[in-house]
Amino acid sequence: MYSEKVMDHFTNPRNMGEIENPSGVGTVGNAKCGDIMRIYLDIDENHVIRECRFKTFGCGAAVATSSMATELVKGKTIEEAMEVTNQAVMEALDGLPPVKVHCSLLAEEAIHAALWDYAQKNGIEIKGLKEPKKDIHEDEEEETY
Amino acid sequence: MSQTIYLDNAATTQTAPQVVEAMLPYFSEHYGNASSIYHLGAESKEAVTRVRDCIGASLNAQPEEIYFTSGGTEADNWALIGAAEAYGAKGKHMITSGIEHHGVLHTCRYLEQRGYEVTCLPVKEDGRIDLEALKQAIRPDTILISVMFANNEIGTLQPIEEIGRLAKERGILFHTDAVQAYGHIPIDVQALSIDMLSASGHKFHGPKGIGFLYIRKGIKVRSFLHGGAQERGRRAGTENVPAIVGMGAAVQMAFNGLLERAEKERHLRDYLIQRIEKEIPYCRLNGHRTRRLPGNIHFCFRFIEGESLLMLLDRKGICASSGSACTSGSLDPSHVLLAIGLPHEIAHGSLRLTLSEENTIEELDETVEAIKEAVEKLRQMSPLYEDFIKQEKNGQKEE
Repeated sequence: MYSEKVMDHFTNPRNMGEIENPSGVGTVGNAKCGDIMRIYLDIDENHVIRECRFKTFGCGAAVATSSMATELVKGKTIEEAMEVTNQAVMEALDGLPPVKVHCSLLAEEAIHAALWDYAQKNGIEIKGLKEPKKDIHEDEEEETY
Repeated sequence: MSQTIYLDNAATTQTAPQVVEAMLPYFSEHYGNASSIYHLGAESKEAVTRVRDCIGASLNAQPEEIYFTSGGTEADNWALIGAAEAYGAKGKHMITSGIEHHGVLHTCRYLEQRGYEVTCLPVKEDGRIDLEALKQAIRPDTILISVMFANNEIGTLQPIEEIGRLAKERGILFHTDAVQAYGHIPIDVQALSIDMLSASGHKFHGPKGIGFLYIRKGIKVRSFLHGGAQERGRRAGTENVPAIVGMGAAVQMAFNGLLERAEKERHLRDYLIQRIEKEIPYCRLNGHRTRRLPGNIHFCFRFIEGESLLMLLDRKGICASSGSACTSGSLDPSHVLLAIGLPHEIAHGSLRLTLSEENTIEELDETVEAIKEAVEKLRQMSPLYEDFIKQEKNGQKEE
């Protein structure tokens, strides 16, 4: 069901862990729906993401998308990091099963939430960045039979 | 990958080699239609009759009370819809429990859309229904009570005898989905006052695609499949003779030494439960500690999610299952785990291990080590665990 890349990032997640005194940290998702992602960013004075780490509670796809998302934003400027969409994360993983697409959205949201935190702390505005939703599933409808 | 350790016998079992052997001649040699008059048909018919006798005896029922179906789901659908239609003039109310298999629950929903009313009984924390609540739920127009013998996820055994007695006293039909129980623990439909019972061949080392519904003589149940005169005209369609023969062989194997096998599984089960509880922190055994299926182990591990746990176990060759949302194909974790009162985030971290007598202590030891390692790895990755540990530390400081 998962691509080799997903399996690889699930079993050997990159950049898993915390950053002490991060420049920005963002947590999205909710435990009720079964996935929570937390992204830590260490950003230097030139707005370059020096370090990016994650912690995730969730399925294999959630772990793999977190891992891939950290890889994709590491070393990038915050403007470049804003270009890392869920689509980009999915492509980098050679795709996700349709029921797992929401995991890649979560990864994008988590990066944005961490950037938002950084922007708030430093009193700057990042173009195109909106305040993160507290719960990414809040506007999903309940499943019907 | 290392050798396979199969711990998902509630999902399906290995078809026993003796079962396959018994089936094979009925594909290539005795391939006759059981309805045909010539010798080739007679051979098939005799084989089907032998299996019917054998299943009847296993339940303390008459052979003509056994109807072959394509499996447990068909048997559940037929029992509920067939009884609802036959007794709809008497009343349109049915009672079931909140932790039934979807074969029952979704059929209830179907009937609700067609003018029937269904009371879904809540269950206690251990998964058992409350008999008082059942008594309260009975109405003058109640025609059927359907409560499963044993739960497929948490393994809890329901108070079947008490439910049967109550149903009998009140003149209400009693159906039980015994898919997980039949072939694993003794069932006597007379002693337990069961009117209808569903079972499935592949849950006790028989083939897939075959099961049966027991219908007590005298009970009206509308035909489910219309056509030929098979199954006394109540379930049309050419008999799946090889599968019936295979299920018959599995029934014989299952009931030969049933109690000893159950005892052996219970021993393995309790060993595994004890090791997990002792060696893995923040876990919780779900279901009733003793009134549970001999081969069922069901745990929740806090701060982690079930699918990732299954994936890590799979890498060690261990086959298990979970009731997390990711494995249920929806955003919600299993309805059974929510019904026993587990919060969503804990229900997502569930693991079901279901044994067969073939499992060994060595396999279970290997499994415990693999679970420990996987749970630890996932907790290190979990923001929930990180927050929990920080809170614990802060709590200690305050003290």
